[in-house]
Amino acid sequence: MGERTIDQTAAHIAEAIREGRTSAYSVTEAFLDRIDAVDGTVKAFLHVDREGALATAAEVDAAIAAGEELGPLAGVPIAIKDVVVTKDMPTTAASKILEGWIPPYDATITERVKAAKMPILGKTNLDEFAMGSSTEYSAYRQTANPWDTGRIPGGSGGGSAAAVAAKMAPLAIGTDTGGSIRQPGAVTGTFGAKPTYGSNSRYGLIAFSSSLDTPGPVARNALDAALLHEVISGHDPRDSTTIDAPVPPVVEAARSGASGDLSGVKLGVVKEFAEGSAAAEPGVVEAYQAGVDQLVKLGAQIVEVSCPSFTYALPTYYLIAPSEASSNLARYDGVRYGLRAGDDGKRSLEEVMSLTREAGFGPEVKRRIILGTYALSAGYVDQFYGQAQKVRTLIKRDFEAAFGECDALISPTTPFIAFKFGERTGDPYQMYLADLYTIPTNLYGGPGVSVPVGLSEGMPVGLQVMGPVMGDDITYRVAAALESTQETLLADTAPEIEGK
Amino acid sequence: MTKLNTYEAAVAAYEPVLGLETHIELDTNTKMFCGCSTTFGAEPNTQVCPVCLALPGALPVANKAAVEATIKIGLALNCRIAEWTRFARKNYFYPDMPKNFQTSQYEEPLCEDGYVEVTVDGESYRVEIERVHLEEDTGKTLHVGGATGRIHGATESLVDYNRAGIPLVEIVTRPVPGTGALAPEVARAYTAELRDIVRSLGVSDVRMEQGSLRCDVNLSLNKSGDEWGTRTETKNVNSLRSVERAVRYEIRRQSALLDAGDKIHQETRHFHEATGETSPGRSKEEATDYRYFPEPDLAVMEPGREWVEELRASLPEPPRQRRERLQAEWGLGDKEMQSVVNADAVDLIAATIAAGASASGAVKWWLGELSRRANESGAELGSLAITPAQVAELQGMVDDGRLNDKLARQVIDGVLAGEGGPAAVAAARGLEVVSDTGALEAAVDEAIAANPDVAEKIRGGKHAAAGALIGAVMKATKGQADAGTVRQIILDKLS
Repeated sequence: MGERTIDQTAAHIAEAIREGRTSAYSVTEAFLDRIDAVDGTVKAFLHVDREGALATAAEVDAAIAAGEELGPLAGVPIAIKDVVVTKDMPTTAASKILEGWIPPYDATITERVKAAKMPILGKTNLDEFAMGSSTEYSAYRQTANPWDTGRIPGGSGGGSAAAVAAKMAPLAIGTDTGGSIRQPGAVTGTFGAKPTYGSNSRYGLIAFSSSLDTPGPVARNALDAALLHEVISGHDPRDSTTIDAPVPPVVEAARSGASGDLSGVKLGVVKEFAEGSAAAEPGVVEAYQAGVDQLVKLGAQIVEVSCPSFTYALPTYYLIAPSEASSNLARYDGVRYGLRAGDDGKRSLEEVMSLTREAGFGPEVKRRIILGTYALSAGYVDQFYGQAQKVRTLIKRDFEAAFGECDALISPTTPFIAFKFGERTGDPYQMYLADLYTIPTNLYGGPGVSVPVGLSEGMPVGLQVMGPVMGDDITYRVAAALESTQETLLADTAPEIEGK
Repeated sequence: MTKLNTYEAAVAAYEPVLGLETHIELDTNTKMFCGCSTTFGAEPNTQVCPVCLALPGALPVANKAAVEATIKIGLALNCRIAEWTRFARKNYFYPDMPKNFQTSQYEEPLCEDGYVEVTVDGESYRVEIERVHLEEDTGKTLHVGGATGRIHGATESLVDYNRAGIPLVEIVTRPVPGTGALAPEVARAYTAELRDIVRSLGVSDVRMEQGSLRCDVNLSLNKSGDEWGTRTETKNVNSLRSVERAVRYEIRRQSALLDAGDKIHQETRHFHEATGETSPGRSKEEATDYRYFPEPDLAVMEPGREWVEELRASLPEPPRQRRERLQAEWGLGDKEMQSVVNADAVDLIAATIAAGASASGAVKWWLGELSRRANESGAELGSLAITPAQVAELQGMVDDGRLNDKLARQVIDGVLAGEGGPAAVAAARGLEVVSDTGALEAAVDEAIAANPDVAEKIRGGKHAAAGALIGAVMKATKGQADAGTVRQIILDKLS
């Protein structure tokens, strides 16, 4: 690890602030300066709030000087994916349709970050409305992968992952509907966790697919992610789909995993993920397999499990998620907020709504709205949306059966390393394949983390750990154990970025 | 011009099938899915929040009081309460609907399979309830600058979201065949019964004129023995009288079309209060595909059986049963009781009796003088500025002989004008009956002196002639004498 503040983990930074070895202000300033230096190249941020972040940092320093008791991440700066609403700070979902909209309220997650006294550095880029796997569908800018700026940073949370990978933020908030935290984590060499659905509030998370969307932490390692996980998780009376139960002890699990002992832990390998066209590219398989070998050395037992319905996960997802999205995105009509196009006083209401949506939504969002509208239409709803719900139930049963045989499932996070810009935008299906291994977890509702496992062609590869519903702790434990076998955190070996 | 048959010819040739969909706004303190107030008549867009404005990211949370009220309605309508129920999204674009979908219920309503008994002309009809479900109201759009108040021709459209998200209960009947010529009255009686039931539960003020109870009337006709015909749906029929008129009009209109060999189009129609006519709205063939699907933002509801039974035990006496009991207690005939019901006076009379009046006195005032006043001013009986307690007080003064009917009517004038209670008005206006016999005797003497020929007739045994002298005395005392007392004094003096 380097000597600079920006090289430190969140846990170290928090400790240094608490112990008075540094100030929240200087830490925050260091990250803001880093953003100034390299974000011209990486383009991870859509909005930077220097003033607000420094104000919060100053409050933390004052509180520490006054001897106040503060939370475990007080003073540690954070970036927030621009699909989570932040009061008085622009929130766009990377869409033109919300350009200039200033939310009058905070998401629950934002409130909790603020209550934890974490300076908010700004809002990070994403695929428009979190629909995509490369962040190329942002309406504003193309975020680069800090490991190779000619390649994508994953998506939809490419901005949050790239910000952490490029050390512009020690922590970030992401959201994961089909892999949008884990896949960017894998391809940028960072740690990403999709918590159990319902353990984190969606209130104030701009909806893509309500039954799948899950906010979660983006970090450099398991412990940092776990610390943030405990700050943001827990029941929220404003989201009736949240679970009213204690948050799984993920910090404790990450610490226990770091001891490197996995004896007695049974890890399942999904047979169907390795078969035929579902198999990952050879370099990814190689890096992943080396990680599996390490886990065995730590005492884990590997068992093969069969989840036959996983074969249908991708089509199932591409019926359910667009169906919900087609309804969730209906509110963007130019009547109450955001873009309004074509309102020349002569056009009808329907025309203005239609022109607004035509001008405001990008190609992937339109594709999914059309797909979802079709899947819910009279005459088709049973064979598409209805059938997909049935398969979703089968996928849940596959997971439940698998967890009868093992404690957690492992797989590569994504079948291929970060691809070059433009490589997959021409064929949506090729893009969708990026989430082949992450989507089943979303359909099931359980937790999944992606932990850096190695390199292929000089680019990071991630290993995914999937747990049972409310079993987030086991995923952190396994991931932290894997990290303990690495001499240096993968996130610390990224090439230095040339500022622009 | 729309061709119409006479009603008699229409119902002689065809059998109507009715169907009613009723929307009732619940009077919960807060909206269906957020904490905003539901108070009627606030400044536009002052009772709104991220949730009911559908700001990006906002999520609904179901209002438990609204769920409870809906279960009560379901129980009072003899429905089965679902053990597992959920909300669904009804997707369509409209600017007064902030999310561009309405959170409603689809395949799993809260209550199903009930019925309501109504009586028309002594005949009992069972109207079967298909479902009772919970949903949210829309905002209100005001089209400014056009001639018609409709969107066509308007220069501006303003939307008020205060109403958006107010809990709405929809009650749907099964088709009601077999009512024949009485279909309009059955439709009206059902709506009135439903209103009374919901009002008795205290979950809505069910005021049709404020839109807290709104009716859609479905009607089809068929020849006896044939299959049911194609139905039309007349939307937003907003008074009991209009329900009756809309059914009557559709029977006349549809029968004329069928007689001419034309087809009935399945369509929604608008009802026009002024003319009692209906006109075509949007056609069902081009109707929106609502793309219903289960609402993923809300948890499934599983109303506990214990809770449901508690609610059942808490239900008040059903209005129909209560009416039968009161009719017997008040000693009224069927016709008279029907008048009381039609005048919407059951609760008013009950309250007047509870305040000490006799049943006959209470019925007399509310159905007579006060109904006349209400009709004159076009107000509802219940909204007159006189309370049941004041009516009871008025009747007490008549019973005591302190007021006669004529004076009592003048007292009512004062009470309605806001001058105070009956005793205060009588005192202030000097409306007490003159009971000072000295003063009355003097007035009688004057009347006798002024009408010697009448006096002679009475002396001759023609007691009926006393009326002329009574009239003169009443005139002299400005009506403040008790006619019976005056008559007695006259007869005493002239016998």
